Amino acid sequence: MSSGEITYVTVGPVSAIPPGMGRAYHVGPHRIAVFRTRSGRVFATAQRCPHRGGPLADGMLVGEQVVCPLHAFRFDLHTGQCEQSHVCPVQTYPVDITPEGWIRIGIPTRFRSSEDVSPLLTSC
Amino acid sequence: MTGSPALTPPALSVQREGRPRLVVVGNGMAGGRLLEDILACDPQRFAITVFGEEPYGNYNRILLSEVLNGSQEAQNIFLNPLAWYAENGITLHAGRKVVRIDREQRRVYCEDGQSEPYDLLVLATGSKPFIPPIPGTTLRGVFVFRTLDDCRHIASYARQCRRAVVIGGGLLGLEAAKGLMTHDLDVTVVEMAPYLMSVQLDEPGGRVLGQTIERLGIHVRTATTTKEIVGHTHVTAVRFADGTEIPADMVVIAAGIRPNIDLARECGLACERAIVVDDQLRTSDPNIYAVGECVQHNGVVYGLVAPIWEQTKVLARVLTGSDPHARYTGSRIATRLKVMGVDLVSLGRIQDVQSSDEVVQFSEPARQVYWKAIIRNGRLHAACLLGDLGPADQLQRLFHSGAEVPQRRVEIFFPPAASAAPVTLADLPDAQQICDCNGVSKGTIVAAIRAGKCTLPAIGKATRAGTGCGSCKKIIKGLIECFADSVTPDPSEDWYVPAVPMDKPTLVAEIRRRGLKSVSAVLQELGHGEDEKSKNGLASLLKSLWGKEYIDERDARFINDRVHANIQKDGTFSVVPRMYGGVTTPDELIRIGQVAKKYQVPMVKITGGQRIDLLGIRKEDLPKVWADLGMPSGYAYTKALRTVKTCVGSEFCRFGLNDSTGMGIAIEKRFQGFEFPAKVKMAVSGCPRNCAEATVKDVGVVATEGGEWEISIGGAAGAHVRKSDVLCRVSSREEVLRIIGRFLIYYRDNAKWLERTYDFVPRIGLDKIRDIIVHDKLGLGEYLDAEVEKMAAAYVDPWLEREHPAYEGQFDGESRIPLPMVT
Repeated sequence: MSSGEITYVTVGPVSAIPPGMGRAYHVGPHRIAVFRTRSGRVFATAQRCPHRGGPLADGMLVGEQVVCPLHAFRFDLHTGQCEQSHVCPVQTYPVDITPEGWIRIGIPTRFRSSEDVSPLLTSC
Repeated sequence: MTGSPALTPPALSVQREGRPRLVVVGNGMAGGRLLEDILACDPQRFAITVFGEEPYGNYNRILLSEVLNGSQEAQNIFLNPLAWYAENGITLHAGRKVVRIDREQRRVYCEDGQSEPYDLLVLATGSKPFIPPIPGTTLRGVFVFRTLDDCRHIASYARQCRRAVVIGGGLLGLEAAKGLMTHDLDVTVVEMAPYLMSVQLDEPGGRVLGQTIERLGIHVRTATTTKEIVGHTHVTAVRFADGTEIPADMVVIAAGIRPNIDLARECGLACERAIVVDDQLRTSDPNIYAVGECVQHNGVVYGLVAPIWEQTKVLARVLTGSDPHARYTGSRIATRLKVMGVDLVSLGRIQDVQSSDEVVQFSEPARQVYWKAIIRNGRLHAACLLGDLGPADQLQRLFHSGAEVPQRRVEIFFPPAASAAPVTLADLPDAQQICDCNGVSKGTIVAAIRAGKCTLPAIGKATRAGTGCGSCKKIIKGLIECFADSVTPDPSEDWYVPAVPMDKPTLVAEIRRRGLKSVSAVLQELGHGEDEKSKNGLASLLKSLWGKEYIDERDARFINDRVHANIQKDGTFSVVPRMYGGVTTPDELIRIGQVAKKYQVPMVKITGGQRIDLLGIRKEDLPKVWADLGMPSGYAYTKALRTVKTCVGSEFCRFGLNDSTGMGIAIEKRFQGFEFPAKVKMAVSGCPRNCAEATVKDVGVVATEGGEWEISIGGAAGAHVRKSDVLCRVSSREEVLRIIGRFLIYYRDNAKWLERTYDFVPRIGLDKIRDIIVHDKLGLGEYLDAEVEKMAAAYVDPWLEREHPAYEGQFDGESRIPLPMVT
């Protein structure tokens, strides 16, 4: 992620995401997938898989990784790195949970939206 | 800019981290391979920095035509991922172009003004497509075919086109043409020379090739010079020197390549057609080397991959000092056209004939076969084979080894009977080259197999065999079968799922003993790690074990099973309503039509299983679509009973012996919603003509004369085709239902996860299955019947979740959140 300021945007309560699942949010120009793992942690990545644009929020969580529903590429939710070779990492976003249980996603105020990313492969 | 060569010898003492700095400009097939060869010689020798113009790790350019025709995914042709560079301590600047070399300061400069010092520099700048100097080459719809990006642009532009012209009838042009054919275009290849592939073939051969290509549906115009590409903003036609014109929506230029030598020329290195190098790949500056398509060695410039491999190997030895006397003495060129439907092998230069040469030819015009060999001083100098590659292996051996050809020259093409006896893979000499792209011998592959690499990918990783054009994969598979017997099998093959190291019976016993009723509980107590296959497989197993007691964690399900629809490549879903036996009514059809209109369904399609598929439904519309349809789920998305296909049977068909539609409907109603370790497809045919194709289904039923039904199991007609095995004949509908039910439960209980019946039935053995299912020799009958009852009673149409979603957000699309105003 390029440097720049980050704005935290509230997308909804943690309870809106069942444990082990993801949900997609469209925040301004950013399409973001938010995940709640069975271990209770919340992560956010770009919604589109860097491989072919698959909807990651519909993917299956395995531990703290998400598996794209289209071709089963697997991404680490901490770093965005893809486990298989040749596929770029997915953009990750910082997450903050308020004491009341609201999810806030850190959106960089200046950076490429996930839509700018080539659907096939990009340098990273 | 410096013009004169450095006067001082290589100052390798100016070092970072105590290691000489090696800079490689170019990260294509030559640059990438050189790095590997250097690491193989001495991984610690240099601090390496690589500049690549394309924003990727390096990829296998040979396979681009397969990306274009869709038989390879772009991601599969990468040779080294970006991570590989980091792992090997190589600094990669992907997407950064070097624009200047300062030989005095020994620095390379990038477009952005940044520079990098070097002690040794290697230019691997490759080549670029030649664009003929004619008007119109900058119009929209004109492409070259060289890089992965070119490939993507061509494929996406082709979608809106009907007619394409390929300029250039060489190797690349023909591959491009065939690739365009797969996009349903009308393709014309235009070649200036009087025949195709004029570099590799002689005139008669080129004519035979022309006929073969025409048969593939590609138009060929030879001896035709293109004068102009016509159009205002985008291509509309191509005009030729003779004044004729053909319409075209797109043009691909494949008129040859030119070495990229600007960088070398501007800094004063000796260049002719390409950068001139000596036998050690050294340029006129002793600190600068060059390798690949950008070099000219002994007057020859190569445009194929095999010579590059030979060059990088020598250069790596020279640079690392592992063999300071290594020399590159030129390559013998062998080409194989890998366009489907055309068999062509070319060795050396067939047009290079001297008066003292012997020429041996064979042609068989009816089959478009043309063979020609040129023998010089008793050795094979050049050859081409078209239409039938029978003698290709023998010719390649003679060509590469330089051995004397047989005294009776005819034996070059037709070996005497004794030596023509079938050679088994085991008999091949170890030195025999199997992978021609990467030069891997049988011995190397067998050694890898003996070291436990018993799959194609594992062998590819260990030896590179099979990772080029892929045409040798079949032989490698054969070698695995031949030599892998003595290798201990992988125990994980018997595990039901990868994350739990137990076979199915052990796993079931453990789950029962510990009372584990959810996927997360099983993974926590018995698993090591977590993966998607295991979660899916365990969910299916637990559901069948515990029935209503099963704790259904929806996150253990694949998205299809969460929203009861099949996800498509754009993230939308396909909806297939249940039509029992493939029988529908006018009202149902009208309703389906209305739904398709209301939701603007982009495609309505009859499926292979005789159902109607509504494709392109958004997730948030699924509940509404189901409600409007008012039909139950057709289960076209999950590991369950899919469809029961039927023919019209005795009700209408004049050949029908029995009521196949009635039988199909009864079977589908009985077993709908039953889940299994893999999908199950069925069919019922009303007579042995078998219009419902029942003998290639997991369970097939065929009516026979005399009022009987023949039940067969274990058939398939997908990637794997298998005729089903006949289990038994029975005479009533009730018996058919009972036998099928028993088989399905037995399969459910004993199959491995994702094991289709076509693997399951042969694994267990037909006789054993017949004893259990038909003759009840194990006394399981009652249990199996009861399980059928239980599962049938538990059936609930999953589409009813439209009323009561199973979890928060089940059918929600993306929620829109406005960005707060930033001041």
